[in-house]
Amino acid sequence: MLETKDILETINMIDNENLDVRTITMGISLIDCIDPDIDRACDKIYDKICRYAKDLVKTGEDITREYGIPIINKRISVTPIAIVAGVCQTQKILKFAKALDRAADTLGVNFIGGYSALVEKGFAAGDYALIESIPEALAVTERVCSSVNIGSTKAGINMDAVRMMGKAVVDTAKLTADNNCIGAAKLVTFCNAVQDNPFMAGAFHGVGEADCVINVGVSGPGVVRAALEKANCQDITEVADLVKKTAFKITRMGQLVAQQASQRLSVPFGIVDLSLAPTPAVGDSVAHILEEMGLEICGCHGTTAALALLNDAVKKGGVMASSHVGGLSGAFIPVSEDHGMINAVNQGALDITKLEAMTAVCSVGLDMLVIPGDVTPETVSAIIADEAAIGMVNSKTTAVRVIPAIGRKAGDELNFGGLLGSGPVMELRKGDPERFVNLGGRIPAPLQSLKN
Amino acid sequence: MKAVITVLGKDSVGILSKVSTACAEVGANIIEVTQSVLQDMFAMIMLAEIDNTSVPFDELSKKLDKLGEDNNLKIHVMHEDIFNSMHKI
Repeated sequence: MLETKDILETINMIDNENLDVRTITMGISLIDCIDPDIDRACDKIYDKICRYAKDLVKTGEDITREYGIPIINKRISVTPIAIVAGVCQTQKILKFAKALDRAADTLGVNFIGGYSALVEKGFAAGDYALIESIPEALAVTERVCSSVNIGSTKAGINMDAVRMMGKAVVDTAKLTADNNCIGAAKLVTFCNAVQDNPFMAGAFHGVGEADCVINVGVSGPGVVRAALEKANCQDITEVADLVKKTAFKITRMGQLVAQQASQRLSVPFGIVDLSLAPTPAVGDSVAHILEEMGLEICGCHGTTAALALLNDAVKKGGVMASSHVGGLSGAFIPVSEDHGMINAVNQGALDITKLEAMTAVCSVGLDMLVIPGDVTPETVSAIIADEAAIGMVNSKTTAVRVIPAIGRKAGDELNFGGLLGSGPVMELRKGDPERFVNLGGRIPAPLQSLKN
Repeated sequence: MKAVITVLGKDSVGILSKVSTACAEVGANIIEVTQSVLQDMFAMIMLAEIDNTSVPFDELSKKLDKLGEDNNLKIHVMHEDIFNSMHKI
């Protein structure tokens, strides 16, 4: 028989502590849509996505109703478009972005990811054209997300791609300047990108994946914070244990949803990504978990250690709860999407250097950072190179999603609304990295890549 | 399948009767009931067999939601699997 306290605990988590499944993401391979004629390829892509995902949103809603678990987003990820575009007899590949956007609109999903290229070691056919088309693609579409992998532990860092991405980020912000530079919030630059990530904006369907797969991203920073608050732990090992137990419960819920979605859609279950993904809602903050551990404010000394413990305990708790764990799995630290992070920046406790240190131990990287609008493409490239280096050396995923706030300077604010939140414009380091960035070439893979 | 119906709120006369009547109206068979007072709250938990109800799960849930609103109670109807998966290994 079910225990009363367990039932009430679950209901309390959902009602008061923002427990939810953040996303059900259907990964769809577009390999069989490749066609030298771009119009024919776009038609095939649109048809395949609409055919495979026609019941995705409805299934998500059905599960929400039946189980009482809020499923916030239903999304789609596809094979990196650069691969599909490689055979097209044109460099003008914007049509792919429009086809993806149209499919997302038809299906009612809020984001579709995979306007992507994997160029960690070099550029293949389609890669240049894709990266160069990113600013316009993100400006003319509403739901398309783009990501580019520019480095890996195995391959090193492609500095030519890093240089291109700095420019792409700034140009994207400029092209969407009249809409809060929102385009840049849909663009991620990765090192060690994972192929089964269900979270946007960095989701794409890797080439090693099956034809179609269901990946689920759970969330629940509010639940972890509330558990810590109630327990009033006196020892840091107790904190780690409590986070593990809570992560276990959250992930079990994600696993249940993933299994149900996979069964109902007759699509294989891929992975559960057990990430703590904050939202701007009060009480749904990763920063507040760190503060609950005893830090006066997120960003003060001790933050990196607390985050390392959190990130590790989340993984340990979640890994037993799901048959397949994947994606990014850990704690996200997106600034504009996290009430506590925004507060820490406004109080002067959290700056870009501390965030960079935190990305060495969190699950992703510099995420949803609003930076001054007059930033040079070279500086953005250098930020990307720094993050990629942390990822490459530590054999972990790192990413950069910064938003140059065109026309604004440090201390101003940019408001995106919705899940993306709002962010204070943060000051960058002094000095010009232009000559370094423009050297180009490839940073060699580190010694730890030689594991064989 | 079984649904877990939880009723939370201030104690008052006839809560059990109102909820069980609503269940009976749609053919949901209550197989277990527990109730307790937890943190000054009245908490009742029912396990109901809902395979043969005359309305879909969704409507049962809405009906009880409405009943809850009218009586100043919070009523949730959820699939039992969510509790089993979260709290049992």
